[in-house]
Amino acid sequence: MIEVHGLAKRFSGIDVLRGIDLSVSRGEVVAIIGPSGSGKTTLLRCLNWLEVPSAGTIRIGATEIDAGIQAPRQKARIRQLRLRAAFVFQSFNLFPHMTALENVMEGPVVVKRERRDQARARGLALLARVGLAGREDVYPQRLSGGQQQRVAIARALAMEPEVILFDEPTSALDPELVGEVLAVIRDLAREQRTMVIVTHEMGFARDVADRTIFIDGGVIVEQGPSAALFAAPREERTRRFLRKFLS
Amino acid sequence: MIGADLQLVWESAPFLLRGALYTIGLSVSSMALGLILGFGIALARLSGIRPLVLLARIYVSFIRGTPLLVQLFIIYYGLPEIGIRLGPIPSALIGFTLSVAGYNSEILRGAIAAVDREQWEASAVIGMTWTQAMRRVIMPQAARTALPPLANSFIALVKDTSLAATIQVPELFREAQLITARTFEIFAMYIAAAVIYWVLSSFLAVGQHVLEARVNRHVAVLRA
Repeated sequence: MIEVHGLAKRFSGIDVLRGIDLSVSRGEVVAIIGPSGSGKTTLLRCLNWLEVPSAGTIRIGATEIDAGIQAPRQKARIRQLRLRAAFVFQSFNLFPHMTALENVMEGPVVVKRERRDQARARGLALLARVGLAGREDVYPQRLSGGQQQRVAIARALAMEPEVILFDEPTSALDPELVGEVLAVIRDLAREQRTMVIVTHEMGFARDVADRTIFIDGGVIVEQGPSAALFAAPREERTRRFLRKFLS
Repeated sequence: MIGADLQLVWESAPFLLRGALYTIGLSVSSMALGLILGFGIALARLSGIRPLVLLARIYVSFIRGTPLLVQLFIIYYGLPEIGIRLGPIPSALIGFTLSVAGYNSEILRGAIAAVDREQWEASAVIGMTWTQAMRRVIMPQAARTALPPLANSFIALVKDTSLAATIQVPELFREAQLITARTFEIFAMYIAAAVIYWVLSSFLAVGQHVLEARVNRHVAVLRA
């Protein structure tokens, strides 16, 4: 479903990513963990071209993009890539001037030209799914962080993507609101959705992700089935990182 | 005495009101065109393309740095010397549009830049094009910031249209001048003109409040 080859990203002379190869199969849930500054968020943002990689290729579904071609010359393909891979931000980034339902309907109606009544019905169903039935007419500012993030997930689902990318979806939340968001993501994992999740929630990664990838210094240090990686990391760097988290 | 003045104002009302129509027409069309042109200049400023940015900056600097009256004289009295002869109304329309566009562009540029960069990203990830993001996501939010200063710019424009009197446009102030020249009733006539300007501006202020309420409706007013 996702194929990444030789992905590199340099920000003003600093190599943030140095040659990442990665493949994710259909229905797989992959967690990406690593210290801050390790490049994990940059990797995720490269996957749907929010960051333009310096080198490498990314394929999601049937859309492949080569970083060798300048972004303005492949706008259409970048848009196609983004329609295949939805993105959920750490800071939700809902549209503040639209109600919860309008946020969810916006993509289908404006981008996919879906009929309004149909988009509305689907939007209501999606909001119900993330536990927000009855909140459809509320503006984001009136919602808690956990509720906003669930609207953001519904907005991502509304585009019917093949892959969902989560960028630290609970890092901006008060501790008591983390659970409700993780529960929604857990549900999606149960449905065999293909997802890549950058997270600091180690317990969640271990329990929900089929595979966990540990990134440090812009390279994949270690990856493997989550249970194995958390129980018995092979690399010293992984061990050190996990020790810090578990203590 | 005062009765005679009122009588005169009353008799002159049709002339003043006809002038007011010119004032309104000139203001509204200059503002509308000035918004479009101003938006274009704002986009040039934000484009990051060096020559465009520079051109837009020079333009705004010139408009803001020179008196509107001088700009109008350049267009109406100056351009004929190089073979471009424009009537009073086209001259005024062009002058006011170019001027208000300069101010509007600064307001719009600031308001667009003030929208959180992540709103662009949130639009991009659901597959929006630049135009869709601008229209559906960025501008509605920028409007919140831009409306009060745009309303100021509009009200200033309504009053500035009185400068068109100097290039023969029969707008409100010019009508008042012509009547005073005929009747020597200076005080009452100019007061009447002032009151009409005031009323027009007040209508704009009301319109501003209605629009502001509309673009701010998503901002919760929390009452404990």
